[in-house]
Formats: sequence, structure tokens, C-alpha cells
Amino acid sequence: MKTADYLQLILYGLLLISLAPFLGTYMARVFQGKKIFLSPILGWMEELLYKLSGINKDEEMDWKDYTKAVICFNLLGFVFLFVLQLVQKYLPLNPANLANVTWDCAFNTAASFMTNTNWQSYAGETTMSYLTQMLGLTVQNFLSAATGISVFLALTRGLISKSQSSLGNFWVDMVRGLVYILIPLSILLAVALNAQGVVQTLSPYNNVTTLQGGTQTIPLGPAASQIAIKQLGTNGGGFFNANSAHPFENPTPFANFLEMFALLLIPASLVYTFGVMIGNRKHGWLLFSVMFVIFAIGLGLSLWSEYSIPITGIHEGQETRLGTTNSVLWAMATTCASNGSVNAMHSSLTPLAGGVALFNIMLGEIVFGGVGSGMYGMLHMVLLTVFLAGLMVGRTPEYLGKKIERKEVQMVILSILLPGAAILIGAAIACVYPVALSSLSSKGPHGLSEILYAFTSASQNNGSAFAGLNANTVFYNVMLGICMIIGRFGVIIPAMIIAGSLAVKRIAPASAGTFTTDDFLFASLLVGVIIIVGVLTFFPAFSLGPLIEHLLMLQGRVF
Amino acid sequence: MKNIIICVKFFILTAILTGLIYPFLITLIGQVAFNNQSNGSMFVYHGRVVGSTLIGQKFDQDKYFWPRPSAVDYNPLPSGGSNLSATSAKLKSDVATREAKLYASGSGLDPHISPAAAFFQVDRIVKARHFDSAQKGEIINLINQLTEGRDFRVLGEKRVNVLKLNASLDDLR
Repeated sequence: MKTADYLQLILYGLLLISLAPFLGTYMARVFQGKKIFLSPILGWMEELLYKLSGINKDEEMDWKDYTKAVICFNLLGFVFLFVLQLVQKYLPLNPANLANVTWDCAFNTAASFMTNTNWQSYAGETTMSYLTQMLGLTVQNFLSAATGISVFLALTRGLISKSQSSLGNFWVDMVRGLVYILIPLSILLAVALNAQGVVQTLSPYNNVTTLQGGTQTIPLGPAASQIAIKQLGTNGGGFFNANSAHPFENPTPFANFLEMFALLLIPASLVYTFGVMIGNRKHGWLLFSVMFVIFAIGLGLSLWSEYSIPITGIHEGQETRLGTTNSVLWAMATTCASNGSVNAMHSSLTPLAGGVALFNIMLGEIVFGGVGSGMYGMLHMVLLTVFLAGLMVGRTPEYLGKKIERKEVQMVILSILLPGAAILIGAAIACVYPVALSSLSSKGPHGLSEILYAFTSASQNNGSAFAGLNANTVFYNVMLGICMIIGRFGVIIPAMIIAGSLAVKRIAPASAGTFTTDDFLFASLLVGVIIIVGVLTFFPAFSLGPLIEHLLMLQGRVF
Repeated sequence: MKNIIICVKFFILTAILTGLIYPFLITLIGQVAFNNQSNGSMFVYHGRVVGSTLIGQKFDQDKYFWPRPSAVDYNPLPSGGSNLSATSAKLKSDVATREAKLYASGSGLDPHISPAAAFFQVDRIVKARHFDSAQKGEIINLINQLTEGRDFRVLGEKRVNVLKLNASLDDLR
């Protein structure tokens, strides 16, 4: 590694740490309904959306109403996107004359974008019309991110509520998240990326005769607008098949930095938002530090692994303009967050670097994590840690003054077990089903990694892939689609039940006997619990994939 | 029931806002302010569009600089990498047969090569074009001129755009 490599890493980390408090405070004000600098400019849009939708912004929802609204809204988005793909051939803005999407791929894609996974079994430039990309996929990029934030807000309100059942209003949270956060940030990023060279047009694909005399069809499209929210909303679904490795999605190192930064910006800031909303910034910083430490360890290990292989030139699957450091940093950020966009092919990373990416996803994407989903996932781990600590000292565990009892712990365990079960059972089925095995492109342990990565990515709503696997088959489209839905709502619904259960509890005043959740001891316990839960669940499968591949690579074995 | 009506209305509104108004707004800004970038950063050579500066294209004649190997043979429909792993026998044998032992890019459309990869090819090009040593010096100058540094001196890697380099190379005659 050169000096510039270290500088890029330091710049990234410093910017993240220094901007998170600003955006975090801003977002807290937005969701607490306070005045912000954008209120005079965009207030009319907020009011207009309430008025036209018939939303009463003063109406409060308990956990059941809130959950029903989440599910109803997501279901509607799913159906719309599914149908749109099935009929895109008959609709406008399809200059490449792309056919209707097959039912299984449409199901998979609808599930994928609704759940903020953005797993793609299709190639954008040869499958999706401009209209489907905009009105179908871009819309779900926004809505799934806003949904994640809303569920996080409901859980946070449950924690701070004083014996009341109200968790806020889902529609109001959605409107504010879109109007004051996601849309303005997306406009800024889209214009910046566009200026760097990301395409943004409705014109048809361009046929050219190359300098050498060959022919090449250059695909275009309204990409910048989609890529901005794809990064900001931890969605990750590329406009083009190569995702942000594609020069039209990620044309320059500066564009790469912006996209990579946008990837973690909102998740990292939401940690701070949490600190503000619970009135305990120190606890916010503690969670932030825990995440940052786990992120840095994974990053260090991956960089070491990538730079230790002796090869000439740029690595397989990486882009010249970006280089190895940016490829690894992106791979770590995208798997810690539930983004899943890539600027290098993860399948071609060294076994350890690819393995760390896989393990990041296995942890449940709680290291910053998805927009909203990272924080509610992390809060589940916090509750589990508090509970385990309570067991160790034999006292009823409390978090922020709320007693953690049977129901909360049951739900936490459920939300950890469901995605884990979907990963392991799904991968196990694929490993013995001949039709599923015929999709593999790699032999040896990397083949297992391809399958394991696919089910992990889907079940934890990441969306990145070891893309050698041909996943555009009925088996994988349906199986992975189901995994995505289990992984999303198998965590959201328990989170909402916990929110409802905590909301009506009284807040016990702090006393000498209160658990401290703001000190180094708790932070260490939390890191321990996160790692141990991940390792206990996945180590056997993990060791047969990336770990053994690493050892065989050291021996020079190929398959 | 009331909530279902809100749900439907709200979905329609947000779909129009984020799926039509927002992308159209960005398209409008892009077409006015960044027309070239918005339409694919096309490269015009002596009045003819010969490709995009951002999209790698196939060069396999000896007289040209070759781009990095491409898993999709430089056909952008669709883009993609080989996804071969470090323990892939195919990757090992593919690389062994390549002149400069280069690895394929992630997109299959990488428009750049490293300066080192460019210098490596100079001798082949000189031979194919029957250039003398003065002209060889000009090629080396070209590579140096067209080498783009790291963005803001720190981001990314040094690189040379293959299409621009080859276009300038054709102009040398």
C-alpha cells in the first residue's frame, strides 16, 4: 500500500466521523417535527402530500396500526413493481425494445427492491426498460429506505415512550424522510455524479463504429438519478449489470468517493440520531464506536489479504481508475451496510477478503447497516447483550430504564434466528439439489461460497453477489425472493412487537443498581455478543467456504 | 379501510414524485448543464463518434494499445466481470496465456490501463507501425501526456485512457 492509499482511508473515516453528528442532529429534528432550514423551502411539499393522501399528521399509531401500515404499503409497492415488469413491453420509455420480464425474475426483483435488498438476478441494460428503472426500481429505492428509517423511529420511540402505546405516525415519518432527507440528498448527489460522467438521458442506446472498425452498442439511460438513491438508501441495485464497477455508474475516483461515502452516510448518522432522540448522545457514540471498530478490523484484515497476493497489475474484477484499496474499502462498506452495490467483483476478491464481506453480511448488517434497518438490528443485539449481562449477575435486565423481559428477548432471538435459518436451510437445499448446483461456475470451496453468499446476501437483505452463480433460474429466483421477504419482515415485525411492548412500560429512574450501558465494559460485551452470535451460527459453513479456500490458495491449489 | 385508501393514494403520489418528477428533474438539469456527460461522454475523432471515453472498446490489432482483458469481450450488453476466484484453474490458465499477464476488469468495459501496462506495449506498437526511435519517443511522450493522475492528487489510481491514447497514436503518422 502507498501513502495515497492510507490517505484515502483516513479521509473516508474522518469525514464519516465528522459529518455524522451534523446529519444525525438534523435528522433527529426532522423526525421530532422541529423546524429545520429546509422547512420554509419544502414545507409546502410535506403539507401537500398530507393533504392529497388524506393523512392526519396528528394521528398517533400504536404498534399494530404502525405495522399494518408498513405491511400494506410495502405489499402495494411489491405488487406494482411486479406487474410493471410483466407488462413493460407495452409501456413507453422502452427504446431498447426490451421484452417483458419473466414471472420468476419479476417476483425476485419485486421482492428484492421492496425489501431494500436489491439483489439482481437480471442485467439492467438488457432487461429493464427506462420506465421500469424509474417508476419501478427508483421508487422502491426511495420507499424501502424510508420504510427502514420509519421502523427504526418506531422502535426508538418505544424505548423513550413514558407508558404510552403511541409510536408516532408511519405516514408522517415516511413523508418527512422523503421530503427532507432522501430526496434533497439524492438530488445533490445525482447532479454531482452526473457532472462526473454518470449518464442521465432518455435517449436510446448508441450504436458506434469503434476506432479499430468494430461495432459497439453503448447503453444509456436515466442512471444518475437512480444511482444517487441506490447509494444513499443502502439499496445497491445497479442501473447496469456491473453495478458501480461500470464506468457509466462510477466514472471517476471522485465519483467513487462520493458514492462510497453516500453509502455509509445515513446509516452512520442515524446512530447519532438515536443518541439525540433518547437524550443520551454518549450512548449514541458508544454504538458508533462499536460499529466503527468492527468495521475497521474487517477492513484491515481484507486489505492485508488483498495486498499479500503477489500479482502483476490490477487484480481480477477490479477497475484501473479505482484500484485495490478503493475496491476493498467499498466491499467492506457495502457489506457492513446492507447496500450491496459493488465497484469490484466480490467473487474475485481473495478468499479472506471475500470471506470478511460474507461475514459482515452474516452478522446481520448491524455495523452501520442498512438505512434504519442497521439501527433496529443493532438495538436487537443491544437488548440481547443487556439480557445476557442480566443473566450473568442475576438481575432483571434494563435498557434505558425499560425492563427487558421474556417477550422482548423472544422477539430478539426470533429476529436473529429467522435470517440465519433462511441462509443455512436455503444454502443446504441448494447444495443437494442438482438443478441448483448446475448454476455454479466455480468448482471446489469457491462453489460453496457462491451458494452461501447468495443465500446470505438475500436473507440479510444485502444484494451483493459472488456473481459467478447463475441466479436467474426459477429455483434461485423463487428461493432467494422468499429469503429476502423472511429476512426483511422477520426482523421488522419482531422490532415492531418489541417497540409496542416497550412503549407501554414505565421508565425506571436510574439508581445505583442500574445497568450502565455507556461504558467500555458494555461496549466490549456488545462486540463480543455480535461476533459470538455470528460465529456460532455460521462458522461450520464459513470454514468450508472462504476459510478452506484461503488455505488451499496458500498451497497453490486450483480447481 | 380508511388506511388502505391512504396507502393507495400515498403510494401513487410518492411513485409520481420519486419515479417521474425526480428523474425528469435530474435529466433536465443534466441535459442542460452536463450535456456531454449525460449522453455518455462520447468521443469524436475527426468528426466521427467512435465510442465513449468511459467505455472500453476492443483493440486487438498489433498497432494499437490493448485495453485490459474483458470477460464480456467489450460488448456492453451486458457488462460484467469474470467472477473467477483466486483458486480458479481457468483464471490461472487464462492469465498465463496473456502477453502482459493482465487480469480482467470488473465491468469488462474498463476504459483505462495503468501507465505501466501502456509502456509495456510500446515495443509491439513500434514494430507493427514500423516506427523509428524518434517516433517511439513520441509514443512515450503521448503516454506521459495522457496519464491522468489521482483525483485531487489522492483519490484513485494513475491511469491512461486507451481510446484517447489510440486516437492520438493514429494522429502521429
